[in-house]
Amino acid sequence: MEANTRDTGRLPAAFLTPGSSSFMDFLSGHAPDMLPGKRSVPPLQGAVEAPHGTTIVGVTFPGGVVLAGDRRATMGNMIAQRDIEKVFPADEYSAVGIAGTAGLAVEMVKLFQLELEHFEKVEGAQLSLEGKANRLSTMIRSNLAMAMQGLAVVPLFAGYDVDRGKGRIFSYDVTGGRSEETGFSSTGSGSVFARSAMKKLYRDDLTEEQATTLVVQALYDAADDDSATGGPDVARKIYPIVTVITEDGFRRLTDDESSGIARSIIEHRLERPDGPRAALL
Amino acid sequence: MSTPFYVSPQQAMADRAEYARKGIARGRSLVVLQYADGIVFVGENPSRALHKFSEIYDRIGFAAAGKYNEYENLRIGGVRYADLRGYTYDRDDVTARGLANVYAQTLGTIFSSAGEKPYEVELVVAEVGESPDGDQIYRLPHDGSIVDEHGSVAVGGSSEQISSYLDQRHREGMTLAEALKLAVQALSRDTNGGEREIPAERLEVAVLDRTRPQQRKFKRIVGGQLSRLLDAEAGGSGPASGSGGPEESGDSGDSGDSGKKDAGGDGSEGDA
Repeated sequence: MEANTRDTGRLPAAFLTPGSSSFMDFLSGHAPDMLPGKRSVPPLQGAVEAPHGTTIVGVTFPGGVVLAGDRRATMGNMIAQRDIEKVFPADEYSAVGIAGTAGLAVEMVKLFQLELEHFEKVEGAQLSLEGKANRLSTMIRSNLAMAMQGLAVVPLFAGYDVDRGKGRIFSYDVTGGRSEETGFSSTGSGSVFARSAMKKLYRDDLTEEQATTLVVQALYDAADDDSATGGPDVARKIYPIVTVITEDGFRRLTDDESSGIARSIIEHRLERPDGPRAALL
Repeated sequence: MSTPFYVSPQQAMADRAEYARKGIARGRSLVVLQYADGIVFVGENPSRALHKFSEIYDRIGFAAAGKYNEYENLRIGGVRYADLRGYTYDRDDVTARGLANVYAQTLGTIFSSAGEKPYEVELVVAEVGESPDGDQIYRLPHDGSIVDEHGSVAVGGSSEQISSYLDQRHREGMTLAEALKLAVQALSRDTNGGEREIPAERLEVAVLDRTRPQQRKFKRIVGGQLSRLLDAEAGGSGPASGSGGPEESGDSGDSGDSGKKDAGGDGSEGDA
């Protein structure tokens, strides 16, 4: 699909039509077949076998938000990929982590990133965090037909709200329903275990360092009980992806940093395999 | 039945070209210069919201003189073209050459089609490379031709005069502050040879900085960072060795800004 192959080589009219700052709007007018939601899937018997991404967790702390994900993708009861990356920067002040059908999810993230960048370039200003969250909602909803076939994509969206000066987390359901979470949230197959772990460990005065440790603890607990979630793989040096978004923007922890956190957690779990003990009352 | 007046094709084209040139000449000039770490765009622009320079893609910037609605239209068309191409293939497959070609075709078709008013715009498309050798600057006049420029280029009102001024003084490997100084000097020269002062608030400055850690190299220079660079230039103009000073201040501004996105310039302004 080339932009400039029409007869004279000049930009087609759709490119020069003023109005929308949305790349998706432009695409739906000019090349609708490139939009993920416009594809039809023939009705199928049973579930489609495709790699699925699993657990994503997010925690807010004063001054920002942490979003992290494990590295496993499964296909049925097989491990499809050990080092998949499921947490991406959406733009400078937000990140998106995805659970669900990996192929569709990666495409959705790519389009979402482009949508935000396109808006920023055309308008000369960034979308509000709410605006970004709503845009993602629309994209998930357009995938509803696929979701009904078992190819769902359920992201977790986290960002630093520049106007309010704090980190925020939004969770979604397959129909595009959006809800803002206070404190912490998770999505994907191991989310139940991760959420329970975070519930016991979360405090509202965490430092950035504690928040990054907390998400890796939660992922460890998810991997402990959910076969589709991968724990830190010390032998292969594959560690969870941990990202931090603050006033200074998006930052992904380096491999050294995340391996440091994972190793110290493993160290402590040698003493107490179930992780840190919370107070009874 | 009355026969229409015969107008020779040469005359018709000359009339259209003159119409477009006059429109462009009414706008203020702007200059685009290479410096050691990239490409700098400098222009006089009283408006803070209506930009003459903008980001098209990771390494590609856009500058335009002439009629705002027409170049804004082309700018958005270029952003759409680049984003679609990058989405279809890969981010590396979006090039200034490809974009300049599309612009040239568009301008050329509009210019030569009798039914359309020629666009009163002159564009510059620039791409910053990994090294100064990889930098590309294309100037696109109203009629759809492409001029591959090296070092420096001026478009708009008194562009010829400014170009020749720049050609004589621009050299390779200038620091950002030096290039900025040269650009402001060139822009301050009036059509009738006199000089006037352009205050910092009326300057629009942007860079494609190859040393930026982010994928997107375009950045607006505003507020404190701009006045620091201009001040550095005033102090640094005496001793030639002062070039280290201005460069340093420019760099420290950049690195302090490295975590920020250049959204409308306010990000970098807050940081400066």
